[in-house]
Amino acid sequence: MTSAGLDVGSRTISLVLFDRGEVADSVVVDAGVRPLARCQRLLEGKSYQRLVVTGYGRHLVAPSLGGEVISEISAFAVGARHLCPEVGTVIDIGGQDSKVIRLSGTGAVERFEMNDRCAAGTGRFLEVMARTLEVGIEAFGGLALSASKEVQVNSLCTVFAESEVISLIARGEEAGAIALALHQAVAKRIIGMVHRVGLREGVIFAGGVARNRCLGRLLSDRLGVTLTIPDEPQTVGALGAALLAAKFHKDFGG
Amino acid sequence: MTTDYKPMWTSLGLNLEKHDALLDVLGKAYQDIYLSQQNRPEGMGYLDFVMSEVHGLRIKELQDARAAGRKVVGTFCVFVPDELILAVDAVSVGLCAGAEFGFDEAERLLPRNTCALIKSFFGFKLSRVCPYLEASDLLVGETTCDGKKKAYEIFRDVQPNIYVMEVPQMKTAQDRALLRSEYLRFKEALERLSGVTISAERLKRGIDLVNRRRSALARLAALRGANPVPVSGLDALLINQVAFYDNPARFTDAVEKLCSELEKRVGKGEGVAPKGTPRILVSGCPMAVPNWKLAAIIEGSGGVVVGEDSCVGERGTRNLVDDSGSDIDSLMEALVERYFKIDCAIFTPNQERVDHVLEMAEKYQADGVIHYALQFCSPYVVESYRVEKELSARGIPVLRIETDYSQEDTGQLKTRVEAFLEMIRK
Repeated sequence: MTSAGLDVGSRTISLVLFDRGEVADSVVVDAGVRPLARCQRLLEGKSYQRLVVTGYGRHLVAPSLGGEVISEISAFAVGARHLCPEVGTVIDIGGQDSKVIRLSGTGAVERFEMNDRCAAGTGRFLEVMARTLEVGIEAFGGLALSASKEVQVNSLCTVFAESEVISLIARGEEAGAIALALHQAVAKRIIGMVHRVGLREGVIFAGGVARNRCLGRLLSDRLGVTLTIPDEPQTVGALGAALLAAKFHKDFGG
Repeated sequence: MTTDYKPMWTSLGLNLEKHDALLDVLGKAYQDIYLSQQNRPEGMGYLDFVMSEVHGLRIKELQDARAAGRKVVGTFCVFVPDELILAVDAVSVGLCAGAEFGFDEAERLLPRNTCALIKSFFGFKLSRVCPYLEASDLLVGETTCDGKKKAYEIFRDVQPNIYVMEVPQMKTAQDRALLRSEYLRFKEALERLSGVTISAERLKRGIDLVNRRRSALARLAALRGANPVPVSGLDALLINQVAFYDNPARFTDAVEKLCSELEKRVGKGEGVAPKGTPRILVSGCPMAVPNWKLAAIIEGSGGVVVGEDSCVGERGTRNLVDDSGSDIDSLMEALVERYFKIDCAIFTPNQERVDHVLEMAEKYQADGVIHYALQFCSPYVVESYRVEKELSARGIPVLRIETDYSQEDTGQLKTRVEAFLEMIRK
């Protein structure tokens, strides 16, 4: 039996098809302005028995696609545990949400923290800042790691931080140092969330921002633990949704 | 509303255009959130009627009472004793506002970082859309939180008939004496306003009316301990909200009738949500009409609210006033005795509140507690730490939420609430 998991994020949509204990297919596309149409196209020609949808747009697309919904918190917890059975903490930084989830020994969600309403300290924040520094998002982490000195950015508000960045540029600071300061600000925020839920060993870093090398290193250094970053960190939520679809199929029948 | 209330609204000085806009939003929200619910008790018909006439018939009643020489007293807090207001034959109306309306205007007088509840009653006043405010002969503010305390100073500029009551912040003997002297001062103010002297007999009558209302609400609360729960949290919240401005005797009868219907449901094992639905206790800041945001999110996500540790909930209804005294002094003492027990977060320390939350969680078989704080409401935001700590220590899951009246964070709140319910279900 094939199950499908769809993670409809604010920036990207991920699809995972899961079959007989293995990932049969996994795709990541931009969410665009018409996520439902994007999802429909993504599922075209794919065959599966049960679909579970998670992510920011889950309620928008699930009814039309005949899927069930699950929150990102549960989806990431299930996906992360599949990839790493010893997982104790999941850090997920996506397009406009960041969350930290603490799992029990049996994989149940014990506590979680999520950013409130704005995009402070999320992928979107890093995107806007990278643009201000005229560097592609893929190269942004590398630029930060090349810093030869340290400066500070105090605000995590995208609007205020941008004006701080502009004044640092005007002061003649090197782009690498500014980039590092921005990464440090995000790391600080995430670490605050980790402390609030209480760190449990076995930390998985997922979500699109996990592809950023600098942030992974900062989090790992400051938390004093090794982070596991999945090969495809953006599909952990979709994987969790696909696994839940398989479980629902088994528990409640087709 | 079928009757044309426009002349009445005009005579109260309302801005008809904005008022129409408000009623429009309110009507739509009520339709979407309330009338779409499944399996509602028949007794909720009374509440539907009250809501449909919220700015109509009820205001006409207030205006008729005023024409007959009675006074209307508007209040903002459960520390203001309704018993005294009713003792002078005045009508008591709760004025807390629960909608993001007129905030632009409010923010001209208040800092942006002010809690939504305060901004809302300023917004209602400045945009002239609240007939209750305009029909009030006296407004009673109180020194609970700093935000309200200072805001009333500014509010006086736009509505001069405001009286401010001092509320203690600790529970020592001196604080109790302060509350007693404040209640005596308030009694005199009401006597001056109405020209009526409060006799023991009058006060007893006031106490009786309010005790009966509180007993009816306590009966309703107790019925929500049944599994499956016979009434939705949304409906129970509405009942607690309407308690603040409806005619007390009529309201009490309607709630008692509803409770009898619910008792039958419980007897037959019927409920609004199937057994196994995650049962949530909400704890924290008051939710004034039409603030249905959190309850709608919880119940729209597959949970059910079984109790409210809130001023619009058990904080406002717990404990009755002992009416056995025969003279005014002993009745006033009984009033102080009852109100001094209120576990508002402005008190320090406030262990009583934590104890009440634990007690309620058990009594209503709650699977989890959602702590609801309005942004910038320091007393509740800060106190949420202790509430969570003590609940967690006893293995009760807690989700802390800080929000306001806007809809912009609904998506994120929904995700957190859904995740919390999924966590509980396991």
